Amino acid sequence: MVTAQTATPLAEDAGVQPIRIALVGNPNCGKTAMFNALTGSRQKVANYAGVTVERKEGRLTTQDGHTAIVLDLPGTYSLRARSPDEVVTRDAVLGRLEGETTPDVIVCVADATNLRLVLRLALELKAVGRPVVLALNMIDIAERQGRDIDVEGLASDLGVPVLTTVATRRRGVEALASAAIAAASAHATAPSSITGWTEPSAAELRRLHTTAERIFKKRVREARRPDTMTGRIDDVLLHPVAGIAILLIVLFAMFQAVFVVAKPFMDLITAAVTALSAGVAMVLPDGLLKSLICDGVIAGVGSVLVFLPQIMILFLFIILLEDVGYMARAAFLLDRVMGFAGLHGRAFIPLLSSFACAIPGVMSARVIDNRRDRLTTIMAAPLMTCSARIAVYTLIISAFIPDKRVLGVVNLQGLVFFSLYAAGMIGALLVAWVMRRLIWRSASEPFLMELPAYKRPELVVVLRSVAQRGQIFLTRAGTTILFMMVLIWFVCQLPGPPPGATEPAINYSFAGMIGRAVEPLLAPIGFSWQMSVALIPGLAAREVAIGALGAIYAVSGGESGGHPLLAANLAHHWSMASALAFLAWYVFAPQCASTLAVVKRETGSWIWPTIMFAYMFALAYTAAFVVYRIAVSLGMG
Amino acid sequence: MSELCRPNDVALTRETTLADGRRGFSGVISAVSVQDDASHALDPEELERRLLEIGFVEGAKVKILHEGFLGRDPIVVSLDDTRVALRRREARAVMVRPDQA
Repeated sequence: MVTAQTATPLAEDAGVQPIRIALVGNPNCGKTAMFNALTGSRQKVANYAGVTVERKEGRLTTQDGHTAIVLDLPGTYSLRARSPDEVVTRDAVLGRLEGETTPDVIVCVADATNLRLVLRLALELKAVGRPVVLALNMIDIAERQGRDIDVEGLASDLGVPVLTTVATRRRGVEALASAAIAAASAHATAPSSITGWTEPSAAELRRLHTTAERIFKKRVREARRPDTMTGRIDDVLLHPVAGIAILLIVLFAMFQAVFVVAKPFMDLITAAVTALSAGVAMVLPDGLLKSLICDGVIAGVGSVLVFLPQIMILFLFIILLEDVGYMARAAFLLDRVMGFAGLHGRAFIPLLSSFACAIPGVMSARVIDNRRDRLTTIMAAPLMTCSARIAVYTLIISAFIPDKRVLGVVNLQGLVFFSLYAAGMIGALLVAWVMRRLIWRSASEPFLMELPAYKRPELVVVLRSVAQRGQIFLTRAGTTILFMMVLIWFVCQLPGPPPGATEPAINYSFAGMIGRAVEPLLAPIGFSWQMSVALIPGLAAREVAIGALGAIYAVSGGESGGHPLLAANLAHHWSMASALAFLAWYVFAPQCASTLAVVKRETGSWIWPTIMFAYMFALAYTAAFVVYRIAVSLGMG
Repeated sequence: MSELCRPNDVALTRETTLADGRRGFSGVISAVSVQDDASHALDPEELERRLLEIGFVEGAKVKILHEGFLGRDPIVVSLDDTRVALRRREARAVMVRPDQA
């Protein structure tokens, strides 16, 4: 099995261990901008060993030549851990993570305009026993609001160095780095782990808060010109009617971009992969090796690469909306709708992402704290119509559904297309509902979320995050999908056809045998053995089934896209009822091996992908059966 | 908290839960305590800590800024300098002494 990159510290010079700095802070405090300002482009993103939480590490060098390793930890309100992300923050700070060194110094990043909660966090961090440095970030905004902060008084009350910074303009960042290094150097060597820390109780939290509040009142003056912009924007964006309308427009624009803007890039990638494959094919002699490289490896990598533009655009939207502060508002607006299905308001991000591809959808389910909510979202995500299904839908619809208008205005093909999308969405909500209300009868997780002040997006921060997403997708999903593609290639190619074979080669392969073996099972839903065979390579990626159908019906060219010839062939061989059953099957079928592999990685066990496969198979079979029987009874058999 | 809810105590009966407020309702938080009524996924102590951590602390100024479209739920409140979204079910745990009209 392919595993994720595990955490390995950046290569060290032999001898002296550089100082290790951990960045901790509330969500939305500008911690990522601070991380970028400290480390520039010298960053490394990987996974913590054994858990699916991102580990971001970078190296900084001060002007006087000191170097340090900076670890960016997920945003948190407390060292108490509630989500996988927060477990990592706690354990990294306490030095409890396997293979991780206890940080020499903790830099607590604070939003200077919103100091109340972070002062309590700073006190909590101080109690850990490592040196702490407090960075009052976004100090420029605090100054603009006329919020005077007595920095020296704050430092003496808290007993830690306090510095002011504007991470996005790199103001004060150098001084912060020096202060952190100085604080670490002044302290004795780091212990291997910290054992003295215990979770604060509610009473202790209140006590810490009282102390923090006293310091706050003494050292921070109320803003003379408080931010009124956020309130005014919220009056529109959270308006019961206008807010929902704007949300729908934003989502619509996102969809348009994912499908329209990505198209030329996807075509470019397809063309490049085809050209590369053709080039390699000219060099290599005919045979299994050529087929493995061209049809297995290159086609496999290509099938991953082709989704990269969509995924990058999708994440550009998600990260941009997150950065300006809109994501939390969208979760608020959608909480009730999601709540009907027993889902958390934040579940809309993974479900939305799944319209492009279930893989980033499953990956982004990490934004949900509660494990059951997260699992429910992950299980529902693959039912959202991903873009790989579009190719199949387009082919079958163009072959079977007449291009005519119903009721004078609605295009019938478009209507069928929309119905398939709707069926997927309703199916996803239904599955979530069943899991949440019938299987796990517990009440759902609290919805409790800070709405950050709106701010202008930091393009560098956004673009860097998007690039990192792309890289993560390529390395994580790429390796898994490539592995699956090669495996499926073997199944489809071997054994080769006997001499004098009359049928297409795939019919003699393992895939052909499997297809024929399962034919009796699929006959009741109207699938011929050719259709059954096509489902096997379709496991690699849904749209690959098109190429397989092309091969089976001996239509030249296995590439996806418009296929008038293949469509005509299908229309000739399949009944209308079979075609509709095939569409119904595709709405629900567990067709994507890569998704199952990613679910295994995200949930840490094979149980969940197994359940996913089973329930999706059952749904697909039932849907196809019902559709086929109804269609036959209506005379379409 | 039971002694705070004596009906004959005039000063204290004016307290109400944040969950009962409508848009524009404002006041000062007088108590944060979660009733163990099994409607929450978390144990009461955990929910109480989460409320405290995000800033629902005795003495904090709170005001309901926005209500959701369906069933006026969830709500957005201003909490001292921050804005927080929460469902009314969780807001039941937050007792508020309303501002004088």
